[in-house]
Amino acid sequence: MLLISCPWCGPRDETEYHYGGQAHVPYPENPAELTDTQWAEYVFYRDNPQGPFAERWVHSTGCRRWFNVLRDTGTYQVHASYRPGEPRPQIGGDR
Amino acid sequence: MGATPLPEHPDFLWRNPEPRASYDVVVVGAGGHGLATAYYLASNHGITNVAVLDKGWLAGGNMARNTTIIRSNYLWDESAAIYEHALKLWERLPDELDYDFLFSQRGVLNLAHTTQDVREGVRRANANRLNGVDAQWLEPDEVAKVCPILNVSPRTRYPVLGGTFQPRAGIAKHDHVAWALARRADELGVDLIQGCEVTGFLKDGDRVVGVETNRGRILAGRVGLAAAGHSSVLAQHAGIRLPVQSHPLQALVSELYEPVHPTVVMSNHVHVYVSQAHKGELVMGAGVDAYNGYGQRGSFHVIEQQMAAAVELFPIFARAHVLRTWGGIVDVTPDASPIIGTTPLENLYVNCGWGTGGFKATPAAGWTFAHTIATGEPHPLNAPFALDRFTTGALIDEHGAAAVAH
Repeated sequence: MLLISCPWCGPRDETEYHYGGQAHVPYPENPAELTDTQWAEYVFYRDNPQGPFAERWVHSTGCRRWFNVLRDTGTYQVHASYRPGEPRPQIGGDR
Repeated sequence: MGATPLPEHPDFLWRNPEPRASYDVVVVGAGGHGLATAYYLASNHGITNVAVLDKGWLAGGNMARNTTIIRSNYLWDESAAIYEHALKLWERLPDELDYDFLFSQRGVLNLAHTTQDVREGVRRANANRLNGVDAQWLEPDEVAKVCPILNVSPRTRYPVLGGTFQPRAGIAKHDHVAWALARRADELGVDLIQGCEVTGFLKDGDRVVGVETNRGRILAGRVGLAAAGHSSVLAQHAGIRLPVQSHPLQALVSELYEPVHPTVVMSNHVHVYVSQAHKGELVMGAGVDAYNGYGQRGSFHVIEQQMAAAVELFPIFARAHVLRTWGGIVDVTPDASPIIGTTPLENLYVNCGWGTGGFKATPAAGWTFAHTIATGEPHPLNAPFALDRFTTGALIDEHGAAAVAH
């Protein structure tokens, strides 16, 4: 069980949240102008690193707000939680 | 003195050669799929100058961690074709490899707990029959006849409303499957190289010409990736992206019990699947953890939920003791179907995205991947499973047959 801090409600058990996958994937500005390859990239391709990963979570059973978490997918260490619109925090060893 | 001497160590089933400077084909990943690929490269295509590299030991990843279920009752024509090909190969492999890996065709029951489950189950059984797969729909009283220890009372939280049954499905001893394939591949001249981690790819423009490893540079005419949950990490070394996400998938076994469970029971709805191994352990699998992870372990609440479901379905398991739990890393694609084929890089081929259900496909994955590597073109069975389906939109949506339970 992960312990994740909601930026509004504080630390809560993983079971209070739902996962939303990779963070910082903006909707294309001009979707109609994308090639099929670019559209496939946007719809189906997401980063899948072993190491620090910025990802979205929603506090489903709490404030029901979305936010971002910087978590290590190898060690499962949660480095930071931050609100949408805020930049990905820098951590030691991060690229 | 006086103690009984230890028995002779059995003969090794394969050599442990040093890597040579170059091979016609290098397969990355010595799990079931990598070993089957090497075996069929040698036996079907006469390509024996082959190395299979593994960063750990042979069959120590998902091949050591799966719940050994084998079935072919998938919905779509493309899936039924490749999984049924696998099942037919399973039926002949023990003789062909001269190794009894305890393939037991005890049947697989997929339970339905909602009216939507019932509709999907009946549809899938009908689709299976049209594709020559031995599926049938069972009503709750027939389910109880196939598996008498199952609780089919209408008074449970998610009553059993029926199920699909595939009699030719079953289980096999996963380790022995790997060892059988490894022994024969080795006899045919394949080098199985353990403790050899691929850290990079040698490229000449867009053409892959070899791999960098922790044991030096190995040149290769062609390179095939069969690294399951770590496919994305390897692809990143090669400079390409794959539409897969890696998740922890957990399973557990109980202590040894008398044989009580005659078949394999799976329930997508309550997220548990149970069989009883030959020695007597109850083998149970759970769903994946929601988050991306490479930790080969998952969250406890997932196991807890799975146990609650198992005990409601099988009241006699209530006092069974857990012996051990573990996790493996599964690579899940957007349509819950695998990717077997070419990549944007010349001479680099990929077999990945089997998600939670790669074990059952081991022989067909090897058969089609070997064909793809040997000829440079996909076999008709894996042509629909190309990487470019995510661009063309020709997805093979198997979430109903594959999503959670395997």
